[in-house]
Amino acid sequence: MPGKVKVVNRPESEASYVRAATKGMSITLKHMLDPRKKTQQYPDEKWELAPRHRGTHRMEVHEDGRAKCVACGLCPTVCPVNCIKLVPAEDENGERFAAVYEIDEFRCIFCGMCQEVCPVEAIHLGVHYENAEYSRERWVYDLERLCEQDHDVTALWDPADKASQ
Amino acid sequence: MSGAPFVVATAIKAIGAFTVLLLAVMLATYAERRIAGFIQDRSGPNRVGPIGLLQVIADGLKNILKEETLPAQAIKPFFFLAPILAILPATVLIAVVPFGAPVPTPWGLTELIVADASIGFLYVLAIGSIGVYAVALGGWASGSKYSLLGGLRGSAQMISYEVALALSLVPLILLTGDVRVPEIVSMQQSFEGGAAYGTWFVLPLFVGLFFFFVAGLAETNRLPFDMPEAESELITGYHTEYSAMKFSMFMIGEFAHVITVGALVTVFFLGGWDIPFWTGDDIRVLDNGVVVGEPSILISLLTLAAFTVKTGLVVGVFMWIRWTLPRFRYDQLMDLGWKFLLEAVTVYILVIALAILALEGLGLPRGGWYAAALFTINLVVAGILIGLADRKAWIRGGNVSARLTRAAEGGE
Repeated sequence: MPGKVKVVNRPESEASYVRAATKGMSITLKHMLDPRKKTQQYPDEKWELAPRHRGTHRMEVHEDGRAKCVACGLCPTVCPVNCIKLVPAEDENGERFAAVYEIDEFRCIFCGMCQEVCPVEAIHLGVHYENAEYSRERWVYDLERLCEQDHDVTALWDPADKASQ
Repeated sequence: MSGAPFVVATAIKAIGAFTVLLLAVMLATYAERRIAGFIQDRSGPNRVGPIGLLQVIADGLKNILKEETLPAQAIKPFFFLAPILAILPATVLIAVVPFGAPVPTPWGLTELIVADASIGFLYVLAIGSIGVYAVALGGWASGSKYSLLGGLRGSAQMISYEVALALSLVPLILLTGDVRVPEIVSMQQSFEGGAAYGTWFVLPLFVGLFFFFVAGLAETNRLPFDMPEAESELITGYHTEYSAMKFSMFMIGEFAHVITVGALVTVFFLGGWDIPFWTGDDIRVLDNGVVVGEPSILISLLTLAAFTVKTGLVVGVFMWIRWTLPRFRYDQLMDLGWKFLLEAVTVYILVIALAILALEGLGLPRGGWYAAALFTINLVVAGILIGLADRKAWIRGGNVSARLTRAAEGGE
């Protein structure tokens, strides 16, 4: 006997080719005729995202279209990957606003801490995921683009309802 | 019909059969992917065109536009010859298959068959063997180890199973006494006078159908006999080095072969274009030119549809098997071919021959009871095959483990 061969002694009933083949054929037939398919017809039929899904950012705006951001600087401070760039400025009334506000969605890890820390509920994560782009530059969202986003904002975890989704 | 109308009619039928076959190949590639999808709980290609039907055209366009590669080690003439040899035998095989009942035309009755050759299905066996060259040449001329292995495996396999394929049709000759395919079809219909059996040969010869089917699977290199391709071992074997349209031609050849084998199973065992439980389609042209039955264009269309449905079902079973059974190991394949199938077919021929001899001796007229008697014998044979052969692990092919156990115990 050449080499060392592992000998498997299966009982006859398990080793039968005919029986195994027949069983396999019946299983595949059952699946073939089953109209319930697992495929999701993606562009036509989309995922139902959870209310706490953390996706693309959006900036809340006032009724006159100005961003709610007061450029306090908390979000760039708390951001663990430094993906938020903020340059504050002050208008003639002494109100602070963000002269430059950019989020690099490529660097972002979608932890949601910017949303949690925001004192005026301006920056939010959103229930949204389709943000493919042709260039890396396009992934850096400026303030105008953040304000234009119109998807649902991510719901925060409710401490009163610990199992909440 | 003879003379000029015959030539024109034959040309039209040849072109028509070829076109329909290629269209069927397109549909078959689509059906294969859809069925694969359904079996795996997916939906398969469904984006291009209505329910994905135009996917085939998209694929064809893609393959035409792709780059043709020529490996440096390739032997050019044979490298180009192989895809042609793959497509050619598979497409000309359909010539002896009748598609439907004869059509009445202003120039006389036309049989729906390209060539009613007197050598009948021997032509199929002869031309079918040429398919080996495509596999062997493709594998060798590519100048690649994997391709060569695939080609070698393929040629060995196809030659081995050809024997069983041819022998599995011997019981058919015993029953019909003729190899002409239209004759075999009319034998399965009900005619007065005792020449025909009135039942499809799937009843009196269903073990023969099983043998023919298994050998046909091996001949067309479909799973579970796809040793020459064996993606996981040989990177698709003999057509590894082929790209673009040359690769497509191998695929078209394979699917044309599958459809042809489906058509042959239909013609030999499923009554050809016969519509079951209806005698209105029993139309036959005798050798002396006498027409039995009433041919009409409507009946021809109906029988054409019946033939298409049956062939489609057989091809569907091919695909169903492909997406169910795993590939044989090479030694199992050879053992199954030489040590089981060949012997079983030979014994089966003897059994059927003796049964026919006995039935003729008893003076039983051809018809329902004759077929029923043969069917019973087939049941017994099938019982023995499944009960004994499966239990003794002959059908499993190699069963190396059992052999090794016996060897280790000092047996063999």
